[in-house]
Amino acid sequence: MVSGPATAVLLGGLVVALAVAIVVGIAVGTVDLSVTGVWDVIWAHVTGRTSTVNPLNDEIVWTIRTPRVLLAAVVGAGLSIAGTSLQALVRNPLADPYILGVAAGASVGASLALAYGSAATFGLGVSGAAFAGALISLVLVFLLAQRSGGLGGTRLVLAGVALGYLCTAATSYVELQASQSELVGIMFWLMGSVAGATWGSLGIPTLAIVLCSVWLLLQARNLNALMTGDDAAAGLGVDVHRLRLGLLFVSSLLTATVVAVAGGIGFVGLMIPHMARFIVGGDHRKVLPVAALMGALFLVVVDIGARTVDKPNDLPLGIFTAAVGVPFFLWLLRRRPGGAA
Amino acid sequence: MRLTVAGVSVEIDRQPIVSEVDLVVEPGEVVGLIGPNGSGKTTLLRAVYRALRPVSGVISLGADDVWSISARQAARRRALVTQHDGAPVEFSVMEVVAMGRTPHKGLLDRDGHEDRSIVQDALERVDMEWAANRLFSTLSGGERQRALVARALAQQAPLLVLDEPTNHLDVRAQLDLLELLRDLRLTTLAALHDLDQAASYCHRLAVLKRGALVATGAPLDVLTPAFLADVFGVSAHIGDHPLTGRPHISIAPLRRQP
Repeated sequence: MVSGPATAVLLGGLVVALAVAIVVGIAVGTVDLSVTGVWDVIWAHVTGRTSTVNPLNDEIVWTIRTPRVLLAAVVGAGLSIAGTSLQALVRNPLADPYILGVAAGASVGASLALAYGSAATFGLGVSGAAFAGALISLVLVFLLAQRSGGLGGTRLVLAGVALGYLCTAATSYVELQASQSELVGIMFWLMGSVAGATWGSLGIPTLAIVLCSVWLLLQARNLNALMTGDDAAAGLGVDVHRLRLGLLFVSSLLTATVVAVAGGIGFVGLMIPHMARFIVGGDHRKVLPVAALMGALFLVVVDIGARTVDKPNDLPLGIFTAAVGVPFFLWLLRRRPGGAA
Repeated sequence: MRLTVAGVSVEIDRQPIVSEVDLVVEPGEVVGLIGPNGSGKTTLLRAVYRALRPVSGVISLGADDVWSISARQAARRRALVTQHDGAPVEFSVMEVVAMGRTPHKGLLDRDGHEDRSIVQDALERVDMEWAANRLFSTLSGGERQRALVARALAQQAPLLVLDEPTNHLDVRAQLDLLELLRDLRLTTLAALHDLDQAASYCHRLAVLKRGALVATGAPLDVLTPAFLADVFGVSAHIGDHPLTGRPHISIAPLRRQP
């Protein structure tokens, strides 16, 4: 646990670190730019005097890299918040944004669109097909898990995992049918990437994350109560069924939106919430903002790695999130004080 | 605050678990709910704390049906301590106790000075102020239950509902907890396992058998050897406790007639 002022300092530090990481993220890549060069372009756009900057720099900084880096931040924040709310929903420390089968559903949609083109997905593009797949699996999981007005955590997980396997099987079938180049595209999508981000692809995920975060923060006290058990939460005056429905909706919406634009980036949504709790304790009023900022920072840094390790090739983010995250997470796990969970 | 249970039946998955129970807990009274495993004690309590909706009958806190008021309003009138509360590892004792303020706070309210002093008072009343900054998960079973009683106190509800609060505690911790609960002098409805403890700490007992209320009354009026043989299937002897001199229930297996 840390005190309120310490949390404020931590949040301030994370904001600064994120800002620095974003600028560095824009500066490095196939063509390395100076930080001041990056700053000139951003400043020119903020002040509306774009005519003064070098058009090549402007193209790299403003059109290609800035949306990419910002999307990495948005996706990292979204996955972390989705993971935090899912861990509260199913009260399972292994829960991550993919446990409810929503992302597996998205994979089916995306791989169909990538292998057979949008004709196979009723005219939807890759993002649209992924989002539609996510929504369909959300509805299925909800119908499977619901029972006499209740929405049990264990049932949700079991329904989600079972549906996830089914979707993975479907995705595998599509992969086998796909040509070599389509297969690479599908694999790349499945492991997640923010390459090819545009300003246009930022709007919807940002809006979804802001709205969902506000709702979750307003519910933070109830989330804390829910972490101690359904009956205990009911005893504290939480309308448990309604809160669970809200959490299911919000975390699925977040996951679907993020997966639709960035594919399946593993580990962020599992690890970052635990790291945030490890640092600030279980209170969601602290966990949510800290996890959002840590997730954003983490994915911006990981994306820098994905672009620079094997220049000029881009690597999928999923490889890096696991390679960087797993050892750190295991270290945290061993340091963690008492308790079974 | 008076708790009134009137003609309440509860079903789980269409199976009747509690049928037609009538029970009143008067202000200031400590009522023990006893009965064999599966007799419906927990189910009846879950209906009282609004985790299950009865299929018929009315449960009232004061003048209001619990289902006619919001979950938050109900939680300002009754607090709850259950037998196992899985507060996860990351919460401090102070944070767990502060959760008792949940039904008093709006969506945008922050924890104020008043909340902190209420939490502090609650911790002091259960002798747990020393543990405020410890992690809840590092406490012993008895200490956890005391902290959860403190959370219920922070809720400032006139009625306390307890579901087998002494389960999994060692004997000393059981007695300490029961004495603490008695000293709080709150209106209490408690499901209890140990008949002897129920008899010594409750003003009145209510006995459930297969979901029906089969007796209510002063402990020694209810717990006769014949009644215990019928409801619990044990033979019982009521004598004086060798140490305290109070009535004491000794239990043995029911002797089968040859």
